[in-house]
Amino acid sequence: MSMGKPLPHDSAPLHVTGAARYADDVPLPAGALHLAFGLSTCAHGVITEMDLAAVRAAPGVVAVFSAEDWPDMPDCSPSVHDEPLLATGRVHYVGQPIFLVVAESHLAARKAARLGRVAYDELPALLTVDAALAANSRFEQGPVVWSKGDAASAIALAPLVTEGSFEVGGQEHFYLEGQVAFALPGEDGGVSIVSSTQHPTEIQHKVAHALHLPMSAVRVETRRMGGGFGGKESQGNALAIACAMAARATVRACKMRYDRDDDMMITGKRHDLRIAYRVGHDAEGRILGVEFTHLFRCGWSQDLSLPVADRAMLHADNCYHLSDVRIESHRLRTNTQSATAYRGFGGPQGMVGIERVLDHVAHAVGREPLDVRLLNFYRSNGVGGPGTGQRFSGAHSPVNSQPQTTPFHMEVEDFIGHELVAELEKSSQYRARKAEIAAWNSKNPILKRGIALTPVKFGISFTLTWLNQAGALVHVYQDGSIILNHGGTEMGQGLNQKVAQVAADVLGVDTGAVKITATDTSKVPNTSATAASSGSDLNGMATRAACETIKARMAAFIADKHGVSVGSVKFADGQVRVAGEVYGFAQVAAWAYQARISLSSTGYYATPKITWDRVKGKGRPFLYFAYGAAVTEVVIDTLTGENRILRADLLHDTGSSLNPDLDIGQVEGAYVQSAGWLTTEELVWNSKGMLTTHTPSTYKIPACSDRPDVFNVALWGKPNREDTIGKSKAVGEPPFMLGISALYALSDAIAACGDGSVYVALDAPATAERVLMAVRRQQGHV
Amino acid sequence: MSEIAFLLNGTPVRVVPEGPTQTLLDYLRDTKGLCGTKEGCNEGDCGACTVMVTDAKGAQALNACILFLPQLDGKAVRTVEGLSGPNGEHHPVQTAMVTHHGSQCGFCTPGFCVSMAVGHLAGRQDHDTVLAGNLCRCTGYAPIIRAAQSAETAPVPEWMQTDAFNVAQISSGARGQTAPGHLSPRNLDAFADWYAANPDATLIAGATDVGLWVTKQLRDLPKPTFLGQLADLQRIDRQGDALRIGAGVTIEALLQAMIPLHPSFAEMLRRYASLQVRNAATIGGNIANGSPIGDGPPPLIAMGATLHLRRGAQRRDLPLEEFFLDYRKQDRQPGEFVEAVSIPVSAPALRVYKLSKRFDQDISAVCGAFNVTIESGKVTKARIAFGGMAGTPKRARAAEAALIGQPWSEATLAAARDAMAADYQPLTDMRASAAYRLVTAQNMLTRYAHDLAGSPVSVLEVQP
Repeated sequence: MSMGKPLPHDSAPLHVTGAARYADDVPLPAGALHLAFGLSTCAHGVITEMDLAAVRAAPGVVAVFSAEDWPDMPDCSPSVHDEPLLATGRVHYVGQPIFLVVAESHLAARKAARLGRVAYDELPALLTVDAALAANSRFEQGPVVWSKGDAASAIALAPLVTEGSFEVGGQEHFYLEGQVAFALPGEDGGVSIVSSTQHPTEIQHKVAHALHLPMSAVRVETRRMGGGFGGKESQGNALAIACAMAARATVRACKMRYDRDDDMMITGKRHDLRIAYRVGHDAEGRILGVEFTHLFRCGWSQDLSLPVADRAMLHADNCYHLSDVRIESHRLRTNTQSATAYRGFGGPQGMVGIERVLDHVAHAVGREPLDVRLLNFYRSNGVGGPGTGQRFSGAHSPVNSQPQTTPFHMEVEDFIGHELVAELEKSSQYRARKAEIAAWNSKNPILKRGIALTPVKFGISFTLTWLNQAGALVHVYQDGSIILNHGGTEMGQGLNQKVAQVAADVLGVDTGAVKITATDTSKVPNTSATAASSGSDLNGMATRAACETIKARMAAFIADKHGVSVGSVKFADGQVRVAGEVYGFAQVAAWAYQARISLSSTGYYATPKITWDRVKGKGRPFLYFAYGAAVTEVVIDTLTGENRILRADLLHDTGSSLNPDLDIGQVEGAYVQSAGWLTTEELVWNSKGMLTTHTPSTYKIPACSDRPDVFNVALWGKPNREDTIGKSKAVGEPPFMLGISALYALSDAIAACGDGSVYVALDAPATAERVLMAVRRQQGHV
Repeated sequence: MSEIAFLLNGTPVRVVPEGPTQTLLDYLRDTKGLCGTKEGCNEGDCGACTVMVTDAKGAQALNACILFLPQLDGKAVRTVEGLSGPNGEHHPVQTAMVTHHGSQCGFCTPGFCVSMAVGHLAGRQDHDTVLAGNLCRCTGYAPIIRAAQSAETAPVPEWMQTDAFNVAQISSGARGQTAPGHLSPRNLDAFADWYAANPDATLIAGATDVGLWVTKQLRDLPKPTFLGQLADLQRIDRQGDALRIGAGVTIEALLQAMIPLHPSFAEMLRRYASLQVRNAATIGGNIANGSPIGDGPPPLIAMGATLHLRRGAQRRDLPLEEFFLDYRKQDRQPGEFVEAVSIPVSAPALRVYKLSKRFDQDISAVCGAFNVTIESGKVTKARIAFGGMAGTPKRARAAEAALIGQPWSEATLAAARDAMAADYQPLTDMRASAAYRLVTAQNMLTRYAHDLAGSPVSVLEVQP
């Protein structure tokens, strides 16, 4: 059985030797050209003059294109037709591509791109959510509102009301491999694209659209990405389209790779937002009604902002049952980079909001935040008693065990928060450490520690229901070797390894016998982005189906040959057992081939049970939830705000893991990435709308020493109640939100600087500066 | 361009660079097809391009993206492709990275493996410091550190020990081929005369800043002149109670020299950029650059450093703080260069505080250095200097005046903190606001008092 084995990433030996080939490493044919964009320096304006003579005259330049060259300007948007490849008359943000340079070398293209002279008639630029709100600059007609019960009345009747508002910063993906694509013009007007993309089908679709070709004339291949994190779901479109257009114009291979600064200036990031909340609660901290307002800064184009903001609403409850709730979501259009998908896809933003509410309510009622959290947890389904949290439910606890519902009216059938948190509380010694920290703080005037436990409940499935499908293509050759192809892309998460383990499992061979190949739109069509943590759920099931088909044919053949029933044939350990005989898998494959049995099959999977009406905000958008919880301990310096994580204890639910070591790697990595989002990763735009943190020297992702000194990571390990591949659960995004515990641990440490009368009210990212300012509020300085 | 020669993964190569500022990274990837070395940022901040460079001083990790080919003349370069043995055997760090799941997307992995292999060669176990210059976005670093730890006890493979032996041969062979001239001068006096006559030349020491003029600003540099072969600039000499540090001394060499003498300065230097950058960057470059946020000058000024400038045969000395006239303007004549800086060997009260968004490999928002002498409860001398608080590295004269002659008390400290507001009108930028800079500069004086009293003041020292 290869499912569940802790095997290394299939490409690990290639990674460590430098042999793993990324898009920029693929040898190009002779005469290949290199592309670079000339970028807008104006946040909002009309282009009044464009002088590209110096660009054209620059050494090595072969061609230069701008809006006047392409009246039928290709569109790059993954959603609506609002992202011209090159600005057409008007610019909408600093960094928007205006013209395209095609040159003999990467450096020549970059140098020439700096030589454009563009004049603008500047228009007022909307840079903040306040400015956009005032100008009613938004996507969709007005805010999206979903509600359940009657939040306003519940708050009005509540004994206590707590309210607040806070800022949550965005996040640059900082995939180590920047955006890159190249195009090879074909003999028949078609084109082959190699792209570092999470979504080859989208690249195919957009390139075909740009070139006015059928999708069948465009082939897209992706072997691996050097990191994606959502940043390569739609942001690679522009490069691939530019390459395809230039390749058509020059009839030469064309490659485009963003320099890091260009990458950060041009591409979208995680959405930043402001979250306002008003919550009615009782003296114990039980939430009776809550209203949220999300103000999302979406940037200049729609991109994926609507489903991102939807998912924030879908996670505004996290693990907490909200009987009366109203969520109002504004998707504001601003003159900044178009914010895009980023690991969690709005989920982290929604979840950090409700965790803020719990932190604030706990302060308001003067109780231990963990107790207030547990008090508000969803009820465990079906079972009661100690350890399930039902003892906390008090008067609100109904006798029956009907599942409680989310704010979007989905029954929470699989809630395991009580058991999981109880386990973590124990293993992390949360309460004992909390007491020790209080004692330590009383003896240390300059440094203060803090600790927090936060849970995670994350919904799994694309909210755009039709995306929940996948295909796979499996060939068994006559020598018994196996090639696997599926619609998912590899960005480091180990998807290929997991899916190969599924294939090996079904066919009863060693995982090493399954050859993994590049994702290729000509092998598996109509794929969804490798996103929403869905990669192994969808592609694992599709691959299982393909392998089951082939196995069934081989089994029927060999059973027939021995005159036994198909059910008695066993595939395991590279062998086929039938009627007391044992044959090698290769032997049976050879016989089947000679008997003219097809050894190739596609497989297909569509997620069951899901229905979703996003306009009404009702339905079951998710097949299941993935759960987790984290305890983070931090220390802060009250003189400078410097802070760091001392210890993190994570317990995360990946069902029956397909590969526990790879899953732990996802959990660890997600946590550190999330802690970065909420602490040191600060995006800064100046008053002109220019991003000033567009390099790793100014934008600080966690470095090696920023990981927790003590880092205890464990998997919950119990099977998914839904029929997923191997009873596993998706793992890419859910553990990201474990990092929220770092923010509220900082809040706890800062609270130790005051007398308890003032809520900490910490914005994110909690840079040293924000921490110090919050400390000073506690000390009464501000 | 004249030909240069170096060892590449053990094999001698002779190459005429496409220009004096062709980077090693571009050469490896575009010319040699050695694509294991990655471009992550092209400015020395991510470590994806880390290579091992061996010269007479030993093996070092360097960033290939801001390393110009002429800097490699006579040295040995080992890339990730050269970490494996002649028959493809994995280096112990490669094996450990596979076993411990140290790679996910794999793009940063070659750089990590090279940094780890260089650390392994030197027997280092301070992995966080060795790897501070390598960014990973996938793993959260924990499995990488587990891999580094597990490889600690493995013997250094034979093939990793050959560069040091061979480099002597290649360098002597190369010198005959290399035009000595002004591209890579070897004689300090001759260079001084030449530069006096050619003040428009671009002096390049470690190229950790000049590299970005090329890779980011896309500038063509007039008369690039590489100072790395000027051995006389790389000396650290004890002269009585002073230490004379040559301008060409790397930050890493300075760090090692400061550990026994000025441990607080050394601890700040440990956080100065990354190991790859410290191996290249020089203290002379850090001073001559004149950046208001360079981390070298504040502690040097607080110690009362003397700067040694030279133009041709003419030399002059001045207090370091007087070198910095205004934003990006220094007291340096055309054709004059920084030859050395001298500091006292003893400054027991020196404390240096670096404040940045991230602890490692980040540019300071504020860098404060304090050197206050207290005798019989009274302040008798005070030198306080900051980076990040003005257009230049600058002394806190008003705060110093508020301290000198006063009892070392909370009241005196409060007066000195208030006085600091007269010393500095800092700016707001992407690293910090003006208000934050001033408050933390003032608070650093409080920290200093607690520090001298022996109280814990650094979050880095707190153990879980």
